[in-house]
Amino acid sequence: MATPASVHAHAPQGFIRKYIFSLDHKVIGIQYFFLALTAVFVGMFLSLLMRIHLIWPTASLPLVGTIQPETYLSLLTMHGTIMVFFVLTTAPQGGFGNYFLPIQIGAPDMAFPVLNMLSFWTTFVGFVVIICAFFVTGGAPLHGWTGYAPLSALPSAGPGEQLGADLWITSIAIFCIASLLGALNFLTTTLDMRAKGMTMMRMPLTCWSWFITAILGLLAFGVLLSAGILLLMDRNLGTSFYVPLVVVNGQVMGHKGGSPLLWQHLFWFFGHPEVYIAILPGMGVTSQILSTFSRKPIFGYRAMVYAMLSIGFFGFMVWGHHMFMSGMSPYSAFAFSILTMCIGVPSAIKTFNWLGTMYKGRIRFSTPMLYAIGFVSLFVSGGLSGPFLAQPVLDIQLHDTYFVVGHFHLIMGVAAIFGIFAATYYWFPKMFGRMMNETWGKLHFFLTLAGTYAIFMPMHYLGMAGQTRRYSQFTEVAYQTKLLPLQTFMTYAAFITIAAQLIFVINLFWSMFKGPKASDNPWESTTLEWTTSTPPPHDNFGGVTPVVHHGPYEYGVPGAAKDYVMQTDPATSTAH
Amino acid sequence: MSNATLEHGAVEHGMPGAYEAPLFGAYSKKVGMWLFLASDSLTFGALLFAFSYNRIYTAWPTPFHAASIANATIMTACLLSSSLTMVMAVFAAQRGDRAWTRNWLLATMVFGTAFIVLHGMEWTKLIGEGLTIPGFPKPASAAAGELADVSKNVPQFPATFFGLTAMHMLHVTIGVIYLGVVAFRKWFLPVLGVLWIAGYFLIPSDNVFHYGVHALGLGLLVAAIILFLKPKDYDAHDVEVAGLYWHFVDLVWMFIFPLVYLMSTRIS
Repeated sequence: MATPASVHAHAPQGFIRKYIFSLDHKVIGIQYFFLALTAVFVGMFLSLLMRIHLIWPTASLPLVGTIQPETYLSLLTMHGTIMVFFVLTTAPQGGFGNYFLPIQIGAPDMAFPVLNMLSFWTTFVGFVVIICAFFVTGGAPLHGWTGYAPLSALPSAGPGEQLGADLWITSIAIFCIASLLGALNFLTTTLDMRAKGMTMMRMPLTCWSWFITAILGLLAFGVLLSAGILLLMDRNLGTSFYVPLVVVNGQVMGHKGGSPLLWQHLFWFFGHPEVYIAILPGMGVTSQILSTFSRKPIFGYRAMVYAMLSIGFFGFMVWGHHMFMSGMSPYSAFAFSILTMCIGVPSAIKTFNWLGTMYKGRIRFSTPMLYAIGFVSLFVSGGLSGPFLAQPVLDIQLHDTYFVVGHFHLIMGVAAIFGIFAATYYWFPKMFGRMMNETWGKLHFFLTLAGTYAIFMPMHYLGMAGQTRRYSQFTEVAYQTKLLPLQTFMTYAAFITIAAQLIFVINLFWSMFKGPKASDNPWESTTLEWTTSTPPPHDNFGGVTPVVHHGPYEYGVPGAAKDYVMQTDPATSTAH
Repeated sequence: MSNATLEHGAVEHGMPGAYEAPLFGAYSKKVGMWLFLASDSLTFGALLFAFSYNRIYTAWPTPFHAASIANATIMTACLLSSSLTMVMAVFAAQRGDRAWTRNWLLATMVFGTAFIVLHGMEWTKLIGEGLTIPGFPKPASAAAGELADVSKNVPQFPATFFGLTAMHMLHVTIGVIYLGVVAFRKWFLPVLGVLWIAGYFLIPSDNVFHYGVHALGLGLLVAAIILFLKPKDYDAHDVEVAGLYWHFVDLVWMFIFPLVYLMSTRIS
């Protein structure tokens, strides 16, 4: 056992080693968290511009001027990329996973602290590179977060497809390297550094979700890295992996014989697991919070673990359902469709277990609990449209419409964000030593829940009515103008929802400095992070390693002195 | 510490029995390397998928002649020998023999370097005969012949050939630098720097390696950062972990050699 104990006996002194190039997983977790917070505001600002452009296409805006149609495409590309990579992948796994995985399994740090630091700073470089794409000649790329070739492979295909697209691909490649190094660190930590008594089946479900997410990340990002390298070769070395013989503006490009489908296969082999990379940590934290605030053990712990494992497993076998309309063989579409609907089974198991956990519980409606319930709500309403889209026949109608946009925003975007919010409100006391304001938290919750439903629910109707995504203007197209009032409603809903996020930010920073001091275990939770002081010492447990005697969710145990049994309590009170 | 719950039976850091038994009883870095190799095999897997995808949907040419195969066979022999010397280095490290660890590692690096040099010469020869992709520097005289025709008619052939072998060559280069850092610590950095600069000035600018040699510069930077962060000496475990990487790179070649070379040859 390679315990980095000697390394961690003394906390580093000096600002730079302590806060900038820190090896402490807790500091790195907070760095990831703030990187994601920065990114989410950039991404949200871009979505605001898009919503404004959709209903007032000719408006001249302060700072940005009038948005051109191709700029709209840049905005949606960068919104998608920044949100998926630098928010949904970074915050739940890099942020909270980094901070709490070692503490929850009783380890003093990650298995490879130096690698952990390098992962963060590599991610940071990736973020800087993608932001640079806004400021180069031609601006940001147009090809969407999926980067479909040949648009993404031809620098002459549009204004943003010059240097901006190269920077976009480079940023993604850097992010891939950072993520797979991070993933192997998570996996090694989970496998090798669990405290005595912390068997795999005693790990909190959060740890399981980070563990499974890391497996997905380890396998998926390697493939995207290769796909990105080949795309860079097509763009800069004149190869033809993804580009057939094409003519752009009357000019024959020098490419020949490539296949745009190859990019789609490689991209979605990464892209579908990426969806689960975003949502699985949210599932973990929701399980943890629902159990804690219902004062009941999680319903079906093992079923939850196996459900997450099977979601991760199936996640690698369904990438083709993104490609039903690509000209792929209908026979393989059939297979992908069946496999996709299989994912409904573990997802339903999870949902019913969450409901079972809350059923007849003594529920405490604190803000983290509200967000966890919100997660379940969004998971159901966003998830139910999944089986529709999994049917190749229905997908012919719904593909590339707002129906798809509504579907993935509810389940992958907003549900995952609700997981992040739940985690923030739940762990804030441990991370910063103070409580967040409950009143403002609840107001933030209700505004965000109502606002996101108001934005994304109407998209399903728009999609069924045939409104296509990625169109920059609907105001001038006669048959589309009938749907314009719904678009206008969504834009106003977006204004309110985005304004509500300011409540969160103010609450976050105000509570960080002025909130009431938090006790060591304010929520009366049972897992290891609540046994140590607030905020935890440099080596997490003050020179010792805890010994675990219980499963993670022993609430309402008959005959126990309190209504909860800490994982470290001696093993007398229950037989578990 | 204000909380009493922790006190029950808690053990000090690093004491025996403080942790659950690690996976396979393995050293953590070994687990980490295995996981990295799992990821890396998918990176190569994606490239091999791209290769197979093109090969299935295209009338695939078979232009390689005996000289190429002979050269690639010698390269294969170099890599196989290097795996043997790597095993010897791990044995030497495990019995604590520092001098022979270093010697065997050096032998491994020499075989690896020989592989890279032979491969580089092979590339240069093929490019000179017209097997090229548009982005490569053009050789002085325009080539004609079968390889030039292949480049023109089936651009996927040179693209997959150079893509796959470049990725593998990069891995071998990283491997040589990795072993150099393990064996010689900071003394390896100036060697790397000299190789980088010499390569840049000695290789003519119409050769693709004039640009490719900058990979050494990048390697120098990364090696310097790692040595700055981890200045301590490496032990037998580290040699073993480096060996895992080396054998993996060797293994990947055992896929590339038959797929890219042997299956692209005509048997007359």
